[in-house]
Amino acid sequence: MNGYTCVVCVKQVPDTKKVTGQAMKADGTINRAALPAIFNPEDKNALEAALSVKERYGGRVVAIAMGLPAATAVLREALACGADEAVLVTDRKAAGSDTLATSYILSQAVKKFNPDLVFCGRQAIDGDTAQTGPQIGEKLDCAVVTYLEKLDLDGNVAIATRDIGTGVETCRAKLPALFTVTEKFGELRPYEMRRVMKYKNAAPTILDCAAIGCEDDRCGFAGSPTSVNKIESVVLAGGEFKEVAATDEGIGGLVAELIKDHTIG
Amino acid sequence: MKNIQGEVWVFAEQEEGKLSDVPFELLGKARELASKLGVKVGAVLMGSGVEALAKPLFEAGADVVHMIDDPALKVYRNKAYRHAMVELVKEVNPQIVIFGATHMGRDIAPSVASALRCGLTADCTDLQIGDYEDKKTKETFTNVLHQIRPAFGGNIIATIVNARNWPQMATVREGVMKPLAREEGRKGELVKHSAHLDGVEIPVEVVEIVRKVSSVNLKGSRIIVCGGAGVGSKENFRLLHDLAGVLGGAVGGSRAAVDLGYCEHERQIGQTGVTVRPALMISCGVSGAVQHLAGMQDSAKIIAINTDKDAPIFKVAHYGIVGDLNVVIPKLIKAIRAKGE
Ligand SMILES: Cc1cc2nc3c(=O)[nH]c(=O)nc-3n(C[C@H](O)[C@H](O)[C@H](O)COP(=O)(O)OP(=O)(O)OC[C@H]3O[C@@H](n4cnc5c(N)ncnc54)[C@H](O)[C@@H]3O)c2cc1C
Ligand SMILES: Cc1cc2nc3c(=O)[nH]c(=O)nc-3n(C[C@H](O)[C@H](O)[C@H](O)COP(=O)(O)OP(=O)(O)OC[C@H]3O[C@@H](n4cnc5c(N)ncnc54)[C@H](O)[C@@H]3O)c2cc1C
Repeated sequence: MNGYTCVVCVKQVPDTKKVTGQAMKADGTINRAALPAIFNPEDKNALEAALSVKERYGGRVVAIAMGLPAATAVLREALACGADEAVLVTDRKAAGSDTLATSYILSQAVKKFNPDLVFCGRQAIDGDTAQTGPQIGEKLDCAVVTYLEKLDLDGNVAIATRDIGTGVETCRAKLPALFTVTEKFGELRPYEMRRVMKYKNAAPTILDCAAIGCEDDRCGFAGSPTSVNKIESVVLAGGEFKEVAATDEGIGGLVAELIKDHTIG
Repeated sequence: MKNIQGEVWVFAEQEEGKLSDVPFELLGKARELASKLGVKVGAVLMGSGVEALAKPLFEAGADVVHMIDDPALKVYRNKAYRHAMVELVKEVNPQIVIFGATHMGRDIAPSVASALRCGLTADCTDLQIGDYEDKKTKETFTNVLHQIRPAFGGNIIATIVNARNWPQMATVREGVMKPLAREEGRKGELVKHSAHLDGVEIPVEVVEIVRKVSSVNLKGSRIIVCGGAGVGSKENFRLLHDLAGVLGGAVGGSRAAVDLGYCEHERQIGQTGVTVRPALMISCGVSGAVQHLAGMQDSAKIIAINTDKDAPIFKVAHYGIVGDLNVVIPKLIKAIRAKGE
């Protein structure tokens, strides 16, 4: 075999770790504009997995993002770190896609490259579902290996270590295979300065839904069985509140109360 | 596909012939949903040599156990489980299917939903039956599943419905639903199904599984003492163990405490750790970020100790002590010891 073709799905996400009062609108929805747009953290681990395959066994790495043209920023980052090709799937028809439609569109884009290995992050920090990866895998009808921590290749077989929650599993998966990668795989290598300059203004290959052969009724709102009925910001549910003085008397009284109502003792 | 007589299903996750906790939690919720709808609760039991597990499922609330017993299902593998489950859904046509949001649940559920082309809501913290109006088409739907889940890093709560493409599927966060009390001797119907795996190629072979041995049992503890970044050091976590010791409780930590190396990861409470609801939670030096609160705010009683009177943890606490935990905890220990005598 002459190296492996790897595809990595990378998503641009609002930095939900930075959500403060300002990022919440009065109606409880998120003001996305108030949050910086970043490279989804676990997609960096996914990119690292792909780059390490290329480094160790040869091949090439294609990064695919679906989103608005602004998502070009994460594709440039991917190129600067060593990806060979960048593809942006952007189309108004994709708006409102839930994970079923997102995974359909992405799987159609992935198929164009006929990859040996496909890498996704485990989860995106905005939708937080961790569903897109396994759903792309089902549509490609290939081996699906989630929660990847370590990967070696032996011809057309991947030897993968994955977290299964109750322990760690080692499996052999026949290629082609799709992996969802966790932070345990290891950090993304630093940019190469030379590549940062080279790709600063790089334009990705732009594809719309028609170019990747999507059926319209499987994209966007039309292709999404789930709908968001209501969104609320998290309200802290306070019950009755008693302030207790940090003194011997205060704390002694609290303990007496807890014993009396059988919480302790 | 819409079957309003369809059962409410729970995926009865098992490993090595042992059911995990989550199907018992889900059966509690499934009973509530099914009684609103006037339908039966089904548990889907897959594995090899698992027939003995039907009994505890009946006793936990299942009316029907749909069993697929096949050597190819001995250990969990995506393709094999997905394929068997998809065939089963097509055959029996349930109206709701819920999975635990465990590693296994989050692997099989999206794969099954993708194959059936139906919706799936991730990591729900509540499920309710209600009506829904599609604001665009003005269509109304009765008795649909309202799937309530945190998203956006835990900063919002979304209610999601899947009114058209049934079955309605969801994964549910571990530890948030309450299991029913076991009803000894409760019986149900065991239905055996085929895995339909003849001629299906399974591209993955499991070579080895190394199980984690966990010495911490936060979920089963009535009293939990939880420390955050405010504890200040690993050594100082001793103080929390001392307090837990006099109360017969367990020690948990915030993510910051785990990241700083003050305590082990398995002690992490919150969205990315365990969800607990003890009779008493004593929170020490924890600020109360939403992701942390998601894992503990349903505790029956919460005592918060924090030097910052404006810390959000006080908003969920029943008792607040504004003060230095290094002073307050020893006083608490002393007071508990004194009352115990
Ligand atoms: C509040 C809220 C709640 C939602 N709840 C649900 C729900 O319960 N069920 C549901 O089906 N949809 C839900 N959605 C929609 C969902 O967020 C979108 O479908 C989204 O496009 C993909 O899901 P995710 O963000 O959860 O990604 P995940 O599934 O968590 O992403 C996993 C990986 O897939 C890849 N990936 C995902 N999206 C892209 C992309 N656009 N480009 C490139 N790679 C990508 C990345 O590698 C990523 O790491 C919700 C959206 C919101 C705003
Ligand atoms: C997607 C996502 C998932 C997350 N999941 C989790 C999760 O599962 N669990 C979790 O806990 N966090 C989680 N977090 C992190 C969370 O946002 C917070 O960063 C974390 O909970 C903070 O931990 P802390 O309260 O211990 O630390 P801090 O926020 O630093 O708070 C320390 C507190 O200690 C107080 N303090 C300091 N000294 C003393 C003293 N001597 N005595 C008394 N009080 C003192 C301070 O006033 C302060 O309030 C998650 C974040 C994200 C984005």
